[in-house]
Amino acid sequence: MAKKETLPRTPMPEQKPEVRKRNFDEVPLGYTPEMAMKEASRCLQCKKPSCVEGCPVQVDIPGFIRYIKEGDFAKAIRKIWEKNSLPAICGRVCPQEMQCEGHCILGKKGQPIAIGNLERFAADYEREHGTGELPPKAPPTGKKVAIIGSGPSGLTVAGDLILKGHEVTVFEAFHKGGGVLVYGIPEFRLPKDIVAAELKNLERLGVKFVYNCVVGKTITIDELFEQGYDAVFIGVGAGLPRFLNIPGENLVGIYSANEYLTRANLMKAYLFPEYDTPIARGKNVVVIGAGNVAMDAARTAMRLGAESVKIVYRRSREEMPARKAEIHHAEEEGIEFHLLTNPIEFLGDENGKVRGMRCIKMELGEPDESGRRRPVPIEGSEFEMECDLVVIAVGASANPVLTKATEGLELNKRGYIVADPETGKTKKKGIWAGGDIVTGQATVILAAGAGRKASNSIHKYLTWGW
Amino acid sequence: MFEIVKRQEMAQGSVVLNEINAPLIAKKAKPGQFVILRGHEKGERIPLTMADTDPEKGTITIIYQVVGKTTALFKTLKEGDRYLDIIGPLGKPTDIEKVDGDVVCVGGGTGVAVLHPITRAFKQAGNHVIAIIGARTKDLLILEDKMKAASHELHVCTDDGSYGHHGFVTDVLKELLNSKNVKLVVAIGPVPMMKFVCNITKEHNVKTLVSLNPIMVDGTGMCGCCRVTVGGKTKFACVDGPEFDGHQVDFDELTQRLRSYLEQEKQSYELFKTKLNA
Ligand SMILES: Cc1cc2nc3c(=O)[nH]c(=O)nc-3n(C[C@H](O)[C@H](O)[C@H](O)COP(=O)(O)OP(=O)(O)OC[C@H]3O[C@@H](n4cnc5c(N)ncnc54)[C@H](O)[C@@H]3O)c2cc1C
Ligand SMILES: Cc1cc2nc3c(=O)[nH]c(=O)nc-3n(C[C@H](O)[C@H](O)[C@H](O)COP(=O)(O)OP(=O)(O)OC[C@H]3O[C@@H](n4cnc5c(N)ncnc54)[C@H](O)[C@@H]3O)c2cc1C
Ligand code: SF4
Ligand code: SF4
Ligand code: FES
Repeated sequence: MAKKETLPRTPMPEQKPEVRKRNFDEVPLGYTPEMAMKEASRCLQCKKPSCVEGCPVQVDIPGFIRYIKEGDFAKAIRKIWEKNSLPAICGRVCPQEMQCEGHCILGKKGQPIAIGNLERFAADYEREHGTGELPPKAPPTGKKVAIIGSGPSGLTVAGDLILKGHEVTVFEAFHKGGGVLVYGIPEFRLPKDIVAAELKNLERLGVKFVYNCVVGKTITIDELFEQGYDAVFIGVGAGLPRFLNIPGENLVGIYSANEYLTRANLMKAYLFPEYDTPIARGKNVVVIGAGNVAMDAARTAMRLGAESVKIVYRRSREEMPARKAEIHHAEEEGIEFHLLTNPIEFLGDENGKVRGMRCIKMELGEPDESGRRRPVPIEGSEFEMECDLVVIAVGASANPVLTKATEGLELNKRGYIVADPETGKTKKKGIWAGGDIVTGQATVILAAGAGRKASNSIHKYLTWGW
Repeated sequence: MFEIVKRQEMAQGSVVLNEINAPLIAKKAKPGQFVILRGHEKGERIPLTMADTDPEKGTITIIYQVVGKTTALFKTLKEGDRYLDIIGPLGKPTDIEKVDGDVVCVGGGTGVAVLHPITRAFKQAGNHVIAIIGARTKDLLILEDKMKAASHELHVCTDDGSYGHHGFVTDVLKELLNSKNVKLVVAIGPVPMMKFVCNITKEHNVKTLVSLNPIMVDGTGMCGCCRVTVGGKTKFACVDGPEFDGHQVDFDELTQRLRSYLEQEKQSYELFKTKLNA
């Protein structure tokens, strides 16, 4: 017992900052089996594991960690799969410090178990060394389910329902599946091969994917029902970029994070001209915002050869919403943080290209409705900041393309779909929804969790009609 | 899917027509809407307007001008070849209505291809439709016969006087605005042409629709790449347009944004030409 407490957390080897800041390869390199078993041996196997309470889908954390400790990696991954169908992804991108690891008892005095790293290890080990054996499928039920959107929520529903014997088709607007996992989160944080492997497994199980299909435009939900689908799940995400609505925002060289990251990730513009899609390579880059999306944009800009990359954020360090690991990685790579600073105008040159930004200093006042102290401008503190490329990463809203084309869905005042938090049922019969289009931009595991709840409810509906 | 069933070169090979098998899109598309296409695994997504659709046959027709790498690559596709991806129909359809007066449809360059189904629809809606089409020179003129059939009256202009009226489409438009009871103008073509048309119609206070062609990525309102300023507000051309009230459009901003990637486009095109020749 005493030994367990003193053993330090096993760090995961990483590419060195000087090297990785100019390449797109993954930053953390993964555990070896020995490292994983060593880290697993630190777990106290708590009777009432508080870590599990911190996980939105209640992965049996001590359960899978015990198998890793014993070297039975095949059992470990099967334990995780009981609750989470995307562990290679969640192990990499979950905000563990706020979830499982944040609740681990060892974190009270020392360092929590590296649950995310272990989850990633189990999934990677299975992908690389596993038998590839598919889980058993229930006999066909003759029921058909349409899933709209191939992000983590949609993929979870697809995986669950195909195993229960239903026919499953995923309709995706883009030419590739994965949602934010392929177009938003960069390669150096989530290699696209991993997402492709998940999609491949679903295909092997019999899930059909229809790409290039914008539901609401190419086909409507009512038409899907007419074609004989018995249930529809909507997992279209929160894909509408927010802008600042300040002068000069349409200058050349100002991107939304969605555009910047989609060009870089989905269209592989970082490999231009081998790939056809271009992207601007800035020398002095400014990224506005301080969430995961902002960190991803900043680190992408650095990898595209920027001399300086600045994060500009109107609140202070404490309020930065990004995962700790991302902020830490960004700092190591030389990204500068300009906090309590807000842009008020973009300045352009004679060709309409951005050349700078007027900013104002902020201070924190009274707490606002989000409970965070409201940033207020300091009068007379305006100053100019030079830049030749700006990425605006201040959040996303609900994209109305699908919801506008579908009658009978109830939306809240911000345009998100109203769905029962326990079942994902919408106000329209036969339609479920989950993920960012219900909650607003959240996390991969919350989207996957919503997918799991919806798939349980859809299965009941298809089996018993309620 | 997405097989090219008919291919035709126009305007001395600088413009290409493809009729493509895309039944879902053909069933849904309306005049004014566009598709986004991709030719190969490493390719860019580019928007092209549907010049025609045949819901029975399940085909759509695109007519594009060869201007850079992607369109040059599309030109190499033969009948029987396939596009990798086609997404659509995107954008809002043209608001076709019966107007109390004449409708003038003005098209320049490949804009005529986009204008044709809209012209036809205005005629079918019971309007008296006058069309003006132009090109730099006679050999670059496209769809003259089709535009003749789609309108009640067709005027043809060439910049060099090699055919029809010697001069710009705007010259003819000015005359018509003075002599006829024009209530609506639809102008589709190069940005400078649309801008000039709007300057003229503004003087006459005649409502003018233009179809904007900003750079796009997804075409579904997700990226904001296609943003244009209309009436002082930012709009996304792929979902709020591509057609807008021309009198409200900031054409200079559109021109600048269309030039965002000039250097890379040149590099990409040169590389492609070298490969093609090798
Ligand atoms: C850059 C970035 C970084 C992030 N980093 C993290 C992180 O580190 N950790 C974390 O937990 N979360 C992170 N997130 C958030 C997380 O990715 C999302 O919460 C999650 O992906 C939401 O999943 P979803 O299933 O709701 O939809 P999405 O992943 O948004 O997928 C929706 C899919 O639906 C498709 N679609 C949309 N409309 C239609 C239509 N009409 N017809 C057909 N298909 C349609 C879209 O093309 C897309 O593929 C990040 C988000 C971004 C943008
Ligand atoms: C809604 C819409 C409808 C269009 N319809 C037609 C049409 O019917 N026929 C036709 O010939 N052209 C049409 N265009 C223009 C066509 O998309 C561009 O000519 C094409 O993208 C050029 O690609 P490229 O690689 O061959 O040339 P590039 O060398 O890449 O570009 C040449 C020029 O085309 C523009 N362009 C480049 N990439 C894009 C992009 N992804 N999206 C939009 N514009 C871009 C830029 O101004 C650029 O300078 C349309 C554009 C839009 C937005
Ligand atoms: S799914 Fe996420 S929160 Fe849950 S255990 Fe895994 S890494 Fe932790
Ligand atoms: S709380 Fe920490 S130590 Fe306890 S079971 Fe969970 S991971 Fe292990
Ligand atoms: S092209 Fe992306 S929002 Fe219009």
